[in-house]
Amino acid sequence: MSEENKFNFSRRNLLKGLAGLPIVGAVWWAGARASGKARKEKQFILEELNIKAVPPPPSGSMAGDPIKIGIIGFGIRGEQLCRALGFATNEWLDEMKKANEANPKDQRLNDFLNQENLNVKLTAICDIFDHRAEVALHSFNSNENTITRYRTHEELLEKSGVDAVVIAAPDHWHAPIAMDALQAGKHVYVEKPMTHNIAETYGLKEIAEAAPGILAVGHQHRQTQSFLTAQDVIKKNILGHVSLILTNTNRNDDNGAWQYHIHETASPQTINWERFIGNAPMVPFNKEHFFRWRKWWAYGSGLSGDLMTHEFDRINCILEMGIPNSVTASGGIYTHRDGRNVPDVLQLNMEYDDFTTGISQEPGKEKGMTFVYSATLGNQYNRPLVLMGHDGSMELGNSVTIYADPRSTKYADLIEAGKIDPKVPMYQYDPQASEGGVDVVTSATAKYFADKGLLWTYRDGKRVDSTFLHLREWLSCVRNGGKPSCGIQEGFEEAISAHMGGLAYKLGRRIHWDKDKQEIVPIEGVNFDEVLLANQEKVDVV
Amino acid sequence: MNDNYLTKAQLNVLVLMRMLIGWHFLYEGVVKLYNPTWTAKGYLLSSEGILKSLFAKLATEPLVGFVDGLNIAILLLVGLFLILGIMQKRAAILGAILLLLYYLSHPAFPGLAQGPAEGSYWIVNKNLIEMSALLVLYYFPTGHYFGVYRLFNKKESPQTV
Repeated sequence: MSEENKFNFSRRNLLKGLAGLPIVGAVWWAGARASGKARKEKQFILEELNIKAVPPPPSGSMAGDPIKIGIIGFGIRGEQLCRALGFATNEWLDEMKKANEANPKDQRLNDFLNQENLNVKLTAICDIFDHRAEVALHSFNSNENTITRYRTHEELLEKSGVDAVVIAAPDHWHAPIAMDALQAGKHVYVEKPMTHNIAETYGLKEIAEAAPGILAVGHQHRQTQSFLTAQDVIKKNILGHVSLILTNTNRNDDNGAWQYHIHETASPQTINWERFIGNAPMVPFNKEHFFRWRKWWAYGSGLSGDLMTHEFDRINCILEMGIPNSVTASGGIYTHRDGRNVPDVLQLNMEYDDFTTGISQEPGKEKGMTFVYSATLGNQYNRPLVLMGHDGSMELGNSVTIYADPRSTKYADLIEAGKIDPKVPMYQYDPQASEGGVDVVTSATAKYFADKGLLWTYRDGKRVDSTFLHLREWLSCVRNGGKPSCGIQEGFEEAISAHMGGLAYKLGRRIHWDKDKQEIVPIEGVNFDEVLLANQEKVDVV
Repeated sequence: MNDNYLTKAQLNVLVLMRMLIGWHFLYEGVVKLYNPTWTAKGYLLSSEGILKSLFAKLATEPLVGFVDGLNIAILLLVGLFLILGIMQKRAAILGAILLLLYYLSHPAFPGLAQGPAEGSYWIVNKNLIEMSALLVLYYFPTGHYFGVYRLFNKKESPQTV
């Protein structure tokens, strides 16, 4: 081929040969502009909202002599708490090993083995059921740890020489044991609800405030990273005046309805029945009462004490709204009519007449809030926890998702200008996601992946459980000083609110709180503690 | 060239298809290039089907950074080459392989989650269709008729029948 035949730069050929160039230019410009615009808008919203998404500061050092701990109550929750302290039963370890062999993705065993050593010794156990105590004894006696069984908590407090106790007994034993332990100079981690009646709530408060021991209440949700972000959202008034908070419990299985396994060795010979009954009305030995105590007011606190308290404390740690002015309740036993006397469907409406999270309209227009707790043990449709403000709504769980309200005063201009779309979240924080966890979700696809939790990673390659962090925080206060995030004041507010809920349900009446007198407003002819402890679903008062 | 045996109308629609697919690839590449937070991680991790574990491996650090970069580079190159009409056969086959991988990561088989999609699919989806269109482009290059290669062509225009 000769040189002059190689090229042909006729006008027609130039046009058809290079027509792609302007197309490339146009597509490139459009793509770069679209990405840049999305990035700028995202940046703008993030700067506008200026939400500080930070993980909580780690609790202090675990160095020093090991802390000697006694566990009081070694049932389902007691075992979980011991694992968080670094002590798993042989049975659990075997079960997890098998689970991992059957499914290599089941990493619960590895997570436990990789858990940080909290530098504690589990030296004492008190459980009134022989089988449970024996499981603990044969699992936790090793070269590094010696554990002794005590038949009563008094004996444990007197003889074991422990520094601290973890209380995971039935609800009606929480306060009596916690008070005895604090008075014996021990540090106390007590499960929720902190107390089972009103008198002991005041009693424990008085003792805890005077005692040198550190008391922490087991609301491990306080350790959830997203909650600090939520606190900043409220502080910066991103949502405007929050008038309604919706919290929920949705369960639909036997375990969730407290139908726990009844152990085959249970008998009057293996269980100290009198001890179980404690301050509850004496009834003949009853295995179901022992293993499924959450189903009766005499030992448990129903949905209001057992599960509402978690939701209450989650919101109280963000808003610090404290005890409601009044509570009303409705519900019944609608799914599990098996002899229980605590409701399995419950709605509590807690009124905060004077409370505000902040305003964005003219002064005086916005004030007051209702906290709704809505629960069923007959359906597990996943309703999110939502804080609903005039300017925005915040869904709160492990992640924080905020939507602007279409009728917001604060964001009216930005919505009008198309910079904020009320249909897509204007902010999302997922503490486990990459890129610092903060995002403005700009597309349905991004939301799809975020919602599936696929972008999650684990801190330092480990999955950390909030119960572990909560116990660690308590132990850090014991070692290094400081105040636990859920201490006696928070526990007091949780317990009183729960008892107001229980009373409202059982009496079918509105229960009021007198803020000045710091007491539940008396109702003539009604002894509140008698009502709470009465082992019946409702109490008729003339 | 094969295009000697094609009618002008046939050549024109082949060019149109080449331009549209090139446009689609280039735009996808540029959007990702200018978005520093974009990553295929979520897409790879939500993979369904027999190659699920392979795609999940590609989503692990530090491999996912390389996968992201390679994905953007291929999208840009395929887009550029198809629009400009250079190295069309290589671009088409490269693009077809990329789309086959997209398809295999989320195959439109019954019983598998489809993720965000704007239509309804049974076995055949748009990735598969675009891939087959690229195979057509592989066998029917048109760069000499409409594209940079035309400038290297000694004839005024290719013969058509």
